[in-house]
Amino acid sequence: MKTRLGATILVAALVFFAGYAALFIAPDEATMHQIQRIFYFHLSCWLVMYSALTLAFIANIAWLVTRKARWDWLGVASVEVGVVGCTCGLATGVLWGRPAWGIWWTWDARLTTAFILWLLYISYLLLRGMIEEPQRRATLSAVFGIFAFLDAPLVYASNRLWRTQHPAPVIFGGENSGLDPTMGKVLVVCMVAMLGVMILVLLDRYRLERMRHEVDELRLAVETRRVDSGTLIKNDLR
Amino acid sequence: MNNFHFLLAAWMVVWAVFFAYEVSVASRMAKLRDEIERLKQQLREGQ
Repeated sequence: MKTRLGATILVAALVFFAGYAALFIAPDEATMHQIQRIFYFHLSCWLVMYSALTLAFIANIAWLVTRKARWDWLGVASVEVGVVGCTCGLATGVLWGRPAWGIWWTWDARLTTAFILWLLYISYLLLRGMIEEPQRRATLSAVFGIFAFLDAPLVYASNRLWRTQHPAPVIFGGENSGLDPTMGKVLVVCMVAMLGVMILVLLDRYRLERMRHEVDELRLAVETRRVDSGTLIKNDLR
Repeated sequence: MNNFHFLLAAWMVVWAVFFAYEVSVASRMAKLRDEIERLKQQLREGQ
């Protein structure tokens, strides 16, 4: 409990510092000025999404190989957090696109593949909600999760493969790309802060899934006891 | 301060979404905690 409180305070402090750094320490960008500062949290949200979905992908494979329940819990927890990151990434992109491009949305390669990824993982969560039997639910959602993850590298590569509305990558984008050193440092702080938030939320979501499992086991124990006592009463009556 | 409201809106959206999600997880956990207590109580009573 103490560790959790300490971690929360540390992450909160980091988030506040990241906000301050993005607003006041990062230099003004020459063409977009203030609005470019969305970049620090926009990119961090995508990092949260990629980290969480990669974790989900690993957990999905691990479930299929080992059939250990904890991998299923980690899979669904990571997908939910990944969807939250993706939602934030899309929303901040829309709010950046309007002043920068003059439009809220366009069906360019990056935006479309990211939107498809969001839809795929929403479908993953809907699929889980439709299947009652735990083993079947875990297996089908793991298979679907692995299939959905195929879109993630495509989202990353889309603005390298096709040059459409979305800007070319500024990080790992080859020649003529790169960030001002101060911008780079601020970005790292924002990314660490968002990853901290992601870890805290993911731990809670994992705990939730473990509790669900505990509830299922307890329900089964209560039912078994009920059936057993019913059988005993029947035998006594005979 | 051109377009500052878009910047503010973007940051607010990020924190609002994460906060709302954490609140939903916490409320689901609280419900499950009650359910676990209720079921454990049932089991104790049945002994």
